[in-house]
Amino acid sequence: MDPRRVPRTVSDPKVRQVGFFAPPDRSQSGPPAPISSSPPVSEISPSGNSLSPVMIPPPRNLSSDMSRHFPPAPISPLRRGRGAADSSIPVGSYNPSEFISPTATADFSEDALSPGWSRKGNSAKFASSLPTGGIGMVKQNKVPASGLTMVSTVRMPKAIKEKERVSMEEVQMEQQPGDSKPLKEKTTKAERRALQEAQRAAKAAAKPEGSKAQAAASGVNAVNASPGKVPKATPSKKDSSSVVASEKRGGDRQPDKDRKKDVPHPRMQFDDENRVEKAKKRSVVRQTEARSRVELFRHLPQYEHGTRLPDLESRFFQLDPIHPAVYKVGVRYLSGDISGGNSRCIAMLQAFQESIRDYSTPPEKSLIRDLTTKINGYVSFLIECRPLSISMGNAIRFLKTRINKLVLNLSESEAKSSILLDIDRFINEKIILADKVIVKHAVTKIRDGDVLLTYGSSSVVEMILLHAHELGKQFRVVIVDSRPKLEGQMLLRRLVRQGISCTYTHINAVSYVMLEVTRVLLGASSVLSNGTVYSRVGTASVAMVAHQFHVPVLICCEAYKFHERVQLDSICSNELGDPDAIARVSGRTEINYLEGWTNSENLQLLNLIYDVTPSDYVSMIITDYGMIPPTSVPVIVREYQREHLWI
Amino acid sequence: MDFQVVVLAGGFSKSLVPLVSKEVPKALLPVANRPVLSYVLDLLEQKSLKDLIVVVEGETAALSVSAWISSTYIDRLHVEVAAVPEDVGTAGAIRAIHHRLTAKDILVVSGDLVCDVPPGAVAAAHRRHDAVVTALLCSAPVSGPSDSGSSGAKDKAKKPGRYNIIALDPTKQFLLHIAAGAEVEKDIRVQKSILRAVSQMEIRSDLMDAHVYAFKRSILQDVLNQKETYQSLRRDVLPYLVRSQLRSELLSNGVQSEENGNGKDAMQNVKILPSQLLANASTPSFHELYPLGPDGSASMTRKTHKCCVYIANKSKYCARLNSIQAFSDINRDVVGDANHLSGYSFSVHNNVIHPSAVLGSKTTVGPQCVLGDGSQMGDKCSVKKSVIGRHCRIGSNVKVVSSVIMDHVTIGDGCSIQGSVICSNVQLQDRVILKDCQVGAGFVVTAGSEYKAESLAKKEKL
Repeated sequence: MDPRRVPRTVSDPKVRQVGFFAPPDRSQSGPPAPISSSPPVSEISPSGNSLSPVMIPPPRNLSSDMSRHFPPAPISPLRRGRGAADSSIPVGSYNPSEFISPTATADFSEDALSPGWSRKGNSAKFASSLPTGGIGMVKQNKVPASGLTMVSTVRMPKAIKEKERVSMEEVQMEQQPGDSKPLKEKTTKAERRALQEAQRAAKAAAKPEGSKAQAAASGVNAVNASPGKVPKATPSKKDSSSVVASEKRGGDRQPDKDRKKDVPHPRMQFDDENRVEKAKKRSVVRQTEARSRVELFRHLPQYEHGTRLPDLESRFFQLDPIHPAVYKVGVRYLSGDISGGNSRCIAMLQAFQESIRDYSTPPEKSLIRDLTTKINGYVSFLIECRPLSISMGNAIRFLKTRINKLVLNLSESEAKSSILLDIDRFINEKIILADKVIVKHAVTKIRDGDVLLTYGSSSVVEMILLHAHELGKQFRVVIVDSRPKLEGQMLLRRLVRQGISCTYTHINAVSYVMLEVTRVLLGASSVLSNGTVYSRVGTASVAMVAHQFHVPVLICCEAYKFHERVQLDSICSNELGDPDAIARVSGRTEINYLEGWTNSENLQLLNLIYDVTPSDYVSMIITDYGMIPPTSVPVIVREYQREHLWI
Repeated sequence: MDFQVVVLAGGFSKSLVPLVSKEVPKALLPVANRPVLSYVLDLLEQKSLKDLIVVVEGETAALSVSAWISSTYIDRLHVEVAAVPEDVGTAGAIRAIHHRLTAKDILVVSGDLVCDVPPGAVAAAHRRHDAVVTALLCSAPVSGPSDSGSSGAKDKAKKPGRYNIIALDPTKQFLLHIAAGAEVEKDIRVQKSILRAVSQMEIRSDLMDAHVYAFKRSILQDVLNQKETYQSLRRDVLPYLVRSQLRSELLSNGVQSEENGNGKDAMQNVKILPSQLLANASTPSFHELYPLGPDGSASMTRKTHKCCVYIANKSKYCARLNSIQAFSDINRDVVGDANHLSGYSFSVHNNVIHPSAVLGSKTTVGPQCVLGDGSQMGDKCSVKKSVIGRHCRIGSNVKVVSSVIMDHVTIGDGCSIQGSVICSNVQLQDRVILKDCQVGAGFVVTAGSEYKAESLAKKEKL
């Protein structure tokens, strides 16, 4: 917070207004039209709401831009609210918070992007998130009115940045309520007096605690805003905040703790320091960012390994809002006890089931809204433990849709049992049954004498192999594995136990082993709408080699893992594993050339978890809807989405 | 989080005579002028565990403990004090209060524990593995702090029995064997089946059982009901659970069979079950692998349960007040190396002198000392590495080194006290010289007497 607020101290309010809309060439683009803030919001909302098929990562130079526009400081609270609404535009459609009910979103800060929020198009709602911040400030300063001036600056860098993305006209419109004249005249004598007193008190407070940035900032702010110096700016600024104050009374207020349940944006850019700071403040799991990260992957979260689990464990009893079942699943994600798209998804859904079973609606709250908030809290906790897989994102989206679609007049037990049933059905239909169908389809592609190659350990591929073996087909399996997880060994163990003849090798030897292979069966974490397969790192190399050798590559993936996002590389969305895992050689402690590597400035280790296989290398995708070419994925996505929403 | 906390505060421990007495049960022995029980309660309160059951042996002890708790923690904690008959052991204590236990898991904490290991860590490890029991292990002090002074070297020899032989699996998460040091004779017997299942075992003697256990409630109650002779959690119940972890009879009935055994049930069915998916995906511990047999043929399904450990970080302080030596060690550490535990803010001289304490001229109070409120000291005294209680009156020319002096003690002129423990209301007349002694409550040491390594107490009128 501090670095953000300090620059403001040098700026004069008048200058601030100009500097805030920084590039002068753009700010002159059009005369400010006196329109209230809501129309542009409603204009924007459709684009934010509709699931845009193309994910465009936000420009990488944002942070530098931001620092350029940084010093010009405070924005009116309305502006800040706008920032929150706007930020949903560049968001990819993969967003678990998409079905959050209005109550849940009312307390969202700008990171939690929800179309529901912008759909409201109501500036009162935006403002309603302010009281929490404002009140916090007031408490710290013990000066109620100075809190008002603080409020407007609480989250300005974000808003500034958001502004970059909005067209300039809208910005100009936005500006209007802040300093239009009719508002200015609203200032009452009492208010002016309160402000003055606040400034005095703030000044007094600032003197003894010069070191405290909070107090100092408010003090200087007060000086800047003193009527003698800048007679015009003060009332206008105050007006805007007083408007907010009156609006906030109308809006529904959220308890402060609910703010903590905000779902951090699942694809947050972790190279943006401010956002990371903010997310950290909110997070349940205390996280230490790893220091040396590979430049290209700085936008992905990477934490100092081994710091999070002990911390989470030690605060076991303080995480009251997290249901024990959810907690357990989270800890097991974090420690790597559960991995694999299907099992993670099932584990999560079962934990949610358990928590819903124990759930009872607090008095004077509606189940739909309160439960959604609860689920959001759980989801954000799980994200902190490990980023969601796409399958989990889809499952969460399904669950939230089901909750939102509940008939209002259901009794609590009926509603709960209906949700529980829905979850059961999701697990059964979308995962278990889907797997069975995939197995049925895939088995037809296995002939006697085949040599099947698989990579890593995929649950569906395993079922296919076992089933084909049961049917008495004569085939051989080549399991290709890679460090550091060596997941293939578990698969190997289970296959050998069933009497399937296997070959086990590491990915280094794939080009040699590919000569004899007749089919490649691969699992996937997700299939994207351009046919790209998002899967365990190494899959792409295997598929490429197979393609080169003209061996058909069959991807087995349940349709619930499909996603309409388009991804061309493995960079913009991925997950980073523990770099120590690749620095160590398991079983050979004497190989420790990389010991203490974190101390070295110019060494960064990259342990990617996923990679992206272009659709060129994929011969066929086997899903529960049949066997399709990669080009047909968008059809499935479209159909599936519809069905999924209208069950 | 569906955990219940039981604090076993004990009663009048025999090993601590003469320090404990009718008025002062073990739980209320002062460590740096605070009852030892307060360290546990503060630790739990800090971790927002506010509903506690404190089990005390003996009615009179229970009365005094509950009086103290209600006065100290009146609106901070919700504590139930339960009195159980004496000499029922820890297992008996749990048996006696079994009707109050309702939560899924129970955290059993010894009341004489002074440590800063978060209990949540134990609970979390317990939950993560779905274990039947999880024990907290800490590294035992290897040779004691180097500054232990005169009391150190000699007494170390007295307590070899404090260490346990503990066998862990290679990941250091599961407990394979546990034996208290006293029971260890020449050799330890390790079960072949466990060794075969794990294939690698790490046997350590540098760990100490901190007597913080997380139990699955139903399992614990089953064991206590089935084995009525079991007296102690540490000596009977825990080794039993560890021994039987690969041929568990406990999970055959009750709810737990679903939870723990689901992986195995799924194996029998050919049908695809979500539980199987989960079981295949998670990294298997040896418990899951073992029933499958060494060659992978699932010949028979066996019930297993998990016994986990949480090994505290070496930097954490952890000690149990279960002997006189431990009492002086803990007192020394709490004001010395581990002074963050004491809750006092130490002055620049690294000591705590209550503002109401009165010091005579030329009296020095060295670092790592605590001087309670209302205590008076005469001239030319010197206090080093010692704890002095409330309202003590100490004459002139008194030397106190590495000692613990409780409340309301009167010490005459020219005394020299070294490495000793002096209980409340003791009167030391002039020129008494004590070295490595324990003086029971209310005892009067006559003038000019000199004792070395003795235990002085009034004759018990029991």
